[in-house]
Amino acid sequence: MSGPEVALALSVFLACAVEAVEALTIVMAVGVTRSWSSALSGVAAAAATLAVLIAALGPALDAIPIDALRLVVGGLLLVFGLQWLRKAVLRAAGLKAQHDEAEVFATEAEAAREAGRSGQGFDGYSFVIAFKGVLLEGLEVAFIALTFGANQHRIGLAAAAAGAAVVVVALAGLAAHGPLARVPENIMKFTVGVMLTSFGTFWGAEGAGASWPGGDAALPGVIAVVVLASIGLVLWLRRTPAAATIGEPA
Amino acid sequence: MSRVRRAAKAVWEFVVGDDWRTALGVACALGITALVAASGAAAWWIMPLAVLGLLALSLRRAAR
Repeated sequence: MSGPEVALALSVFLACAVEAVEALTIVMAVGVTRSWSSALSGVAAAAATLAVLIAALGPALDAIPIDALRLVVGGLLLVFGLQWLRKAVLRAAGLKAQHDEAEVFATEAEAAREAGRSGQGFDGYSFVIAFKGVLLEGLEVAFIALTFGANQHRIGLAAAAAGAAVVVVALAGLAAHGPLARVPENIMKFTVGVMLTSFGTFWGAEGAGASWPGGDAALPGVIAVVVLASIGLVLWLRRTPAAATIGEPA
Repeated sequence: MSRVRRAAKAVWEFVVGDDWRTALGVACALGITALVAASGAAAWWIMPLAVLGLLALSLRRAAR
């Protein structure tokens, strides 16, 4: 695999792993407290919906001329990636709460216990919550995998990386018998934000007609600049009065 | 709210999120890059500068 292909696979794997961890927490919360069979039916229905979406959009994206695709996808990835990176920088600077899967699991499980139950058999609540959780998290993954894959004409590689992440997270969930609270989710989100922003910058500029010095070899340089700038912004934000206030004991 | 409006709102929230200024900035930066590239001048440096500037501004707004 070439350098950009490794970066593609790594970015999609990490993004998918992060979203799969979040979806796993939701599914486990309703599965443990209410009904595993209904929760897993919701997962299957969401997976089927996502598969239809990917099967429809994948070939359509592949048919778009590469420059137009890079301009549109680069722009979308940038808008999307900057959202991820902004939240990750705010978390790292102490201006936003760290994502805590154990806390999310406890909240979801409590809501599942309090929701009314119609009777034995199929549990609509578990189905809907699991379906929505997997579909919403899966849509982000599908978007990232499709855009990354289509831009490099490697949708198969992107899909394999996404699938591998789902399998790894599912196996880890089975082994842990609970939410994956010890996964370094915040660092993973920071990395995904950096990768989406870097690829978006690179492809967006190319799609707009710019030529990078050194061609594809410029991509690691773009990633390095985004990483260093993000770390610099974290350090800058840690010195702001807002960060100092949040850091004080209540 | 009609289904079309609900769908449009969902797409907007999914892609643009809570900071439309950054999305607008990205679109403007891509437009400027296209104009500079079409003139024959080097345009590769515009996007990295614009992206870092947009990120810093977005963070400053969030930190207030």
